[in-house]
Amino acid sequence: MTDITEKTAFRAGAGAAPAPAPAPATRRHRGWRGLTPWLFLIAPLGLLITFTYAPIANMVAYSFTDWDGVSPELHYTGVGNYTELFTRKDLFQVFFVSGYYLAASAFQIAAALYFATILSFDVRFRNFFKGVLFFPYLINGVAIGFVFLYFFQDGGTLDSVLSLFGVHVDHAWLGTPVSANTSLAGVSVWRYMGVNFVLFLGAIQSIPGELYEAAELDGASRWHQFRYIIAPGIKPVVTLTVILSISGSLSAFEIPYIMTGGATGTETFVIQTLNLAFRFNKTGLASAAAIVLLLIILLVTWVQRRLVPDDKVDLV
Amino acid sequence: MNRRHILAMVVGAALLVPGCTGTGGSSKGADAKAADDPSKVTGTIKVLTVRTDLVQDGTMKKYAAQFNKTYPKVKVEFEALTNYEAEVKIRMNTENYGDVLLIPAVIKKDDYPKFFASLGTQEERSKKYRFTDFTAVDGKVYGQSPVGVSPGFVYNKRVWKEAGVTDWPTTPAQFLQDLKAIKARTDAIPYYTNFSAGWTLTSWTYVNGSVHCDPKATDKLAAGDPWAQGADLRVGDTLLYDTVKSGLIEKDPTTSNWEESKPRTAKGEIATQWLGTWAIVQFRDAAKKAGVNPDDIGFMPYPAQVDGTFCAVVSPDYNQAVNVHSAHKEAARAWIDWFTDKSTYAKDNLAISPLKNAPLPEVMKPYEDAGVKFIEVDDSKGAQVKNIDNQSEIGIYAPEYRQNLVDLARGARKGDLDGFLADLSKRWTEARKTAGS
Repeated sequence: MTDITEKTAFRAGAGAAPAPAPAPATRRHRGWRGLTPWLFLIAPLGLLITFTYAPIANMVAYSFTDWDGVSPELHYTGVGNYTELFTRKDLFQVFFVSGYYLAASAFQIAAALYFATILSFDVRFRNFFKGVLFFPYLINGVAIGFVFLYFFQDGGTLDSVLSLFGVHVDHAWLGTPVSANTSLAGVSVWRYMGVNFVLFLGAIQSIPGELYEAAELDGASRWHQFRYIIAPGIKPVVTLTVILSISGSLSAFEIPYIMTGGATGTETFVIQTLNLAFRFNKTGLASAAAIVLLLIILLVTWVQRRLVPDDKVDLV
Repeated sequence: MNRRHILAMVVGAALLVPGCTGTGGSSKGADAKAADDPSKVTGTIKVLTVRTDLVQDGTMKKYAAQFNKTYPKVKVEFEALTNYEAEVKIRMNTENYGDVLLIPAVIKKDDYPKFFASLGTQEERSKKYRFTDFTAVDGKVYGQSPVGVSPGFVYNKRVWKEAGVTDWPTTPAQFLQDLKAIKARTDAIPYYTNFSAGWTLTSWTYVNGSVHCDPKATDKLAAGDPWAQGADLRVGDTLLYDTVKSGLIEKDPTTSNWEESKPRTAKGEIATQWLGTWAIVQFRDAAKKAGVNPDDIGFMPYPAQVDGTFCAVVSPDYNQAVNVHSAHKEAARAWIDWFTDKSTYAKDNLAISPLKNAPLPEVMKPYEDAGVKFIEVDDSKGAQVKNIDNQSEIGIYAPEYRQNLVDLARGARKGDLDGFLADLSKRWTEARKTAGS
């Protein structure tokens, strides 16, 4: 790269007037070369700043005011919003709902790992099953919400499927807080397992094939292969998935918002924040809540990284 | 200079810039005067509306064509917003929110002069129009609703008759008894909550005023406790609670479906729903589409009588207003005046006219026959009520608290009615102390 540019510069210089001073040309080119990456970065940086950092900065600013979201007037209230947030226990109770999603994501990771391991071996219809497992993630979350609303309806898909097997339950799936949250968490497992699955599968397939061969020669069973080759090999990806699952559980939103709107004890922290901002016009308080959620997720990630440090994987 | 420093500076600068946004319009107090000569009014105006259906099927264009007969030089464009409240709220941070729009609920009344141009003084307008106090700030009116609505029960006459009920119930207890008769004698669901849609439950707030036939009911919300013994909201909420508790509602409210509920009511699968006069036309259309008799759809007032007469509260729908930043205020004003006074909009929707001297629509004939008294609840304290409501996060104009009430009644939530309402009272009274400022 460097070579070519210099040669081009030289040729261009030679072709022009006799003896152009080489020193300024080089400096000019060095200046351009320093600038080139920035020129490429203008677009992504511009987008990143406009659509990510500027709104976050705005939100931080709003969190110290009593802005209602539309009024031209807003007053600085200091840390008032944060004090309110931490002194009202009803605002934090909604985190209990995240427990359902947390439990569900533990199940989800286990299931994804199971399927990824099985499908990494030579199984019939492998690609078909891969597609089946990943497919739900490609569907729009809103559509999923509506589909499952019919699914859980009285006499809906779930009830009719169960009755095919002779099970006749007269159960309102979204009727009680426990049942509703479990159902919603189930939907989220259905939706997001595909992503975990693909991540795991990719990691497993990056493990060199000779290792399995060698293990087989040594008489290792499938379980041993998993325990001593796959599990340590994909540890970093598992760590990443756990972090994503925890932050995802804390900020669960789409599915409960569309399916129940937070009714019957399914309100999550994000739904509550949204209601504060757009229903009760407490944009300042809601901004503070959003920032607190961000800090909590950063904290959880940090603690988790401290407990499970990211070791370099060395299989060989 | 190190690259990292440059990056840090760029990001830092970007963080500082937006620190003081969010303060859009600051111009205050403009008037949208009515033109003397319609042929001289010019300009292209954009009208924001919630009626996506009417924009799509061309009905609004037909109104515009009618309008152009009087105002030939005004071009009217429509923009229908599906999620009106949320979208318009964000747009109102700029100056570009149409020329004519519906006043969203989020705007504080005191802020009306900053966003809308005045349509005239209340003193002068109230001679001709209903609902002027709903948008009046310091004696000036900022909006006008093209229709009036009244809350009540949409019911299937045939089903009620089959159950042996011919007269409208006059007390909540009698209403419950009638629903029980429907449950016993017909296959219909006596009462449909529409729990899932949520906003349908919000209608229960509009029992305010009907219960005691009190035009000052809103003042009482602002000054007192809406869930005290005998207060309007408590009476309404208790009726809803008892209806749910007695098992007179749909089997699984959490998966109820609003769009389906319309043809089902028309066909007689659902007997009753608490909605408003605005719903009648939709249910009749649903009946026509389902191939059943639209005249089966009936409408009755809240079951309470004062001195032997029922009471129906008439209140405005969304109020139309002129954007204070509009470049064609005269044209925008002309549209509002024409739409309110001359258009067939109210008639087409079987709605109550906003004009004081207009007769009642034909669907309200049973009301006239029964001698139902129409009242308007004074809304001068409406802004304060909204303030208290937001401050307390109860949301009397939002679905959550009624959904919780229904959950409580059907045993999906722990607690009893008295405790639940006492908690609301406590939050309301506490918020009232701080929301005055």
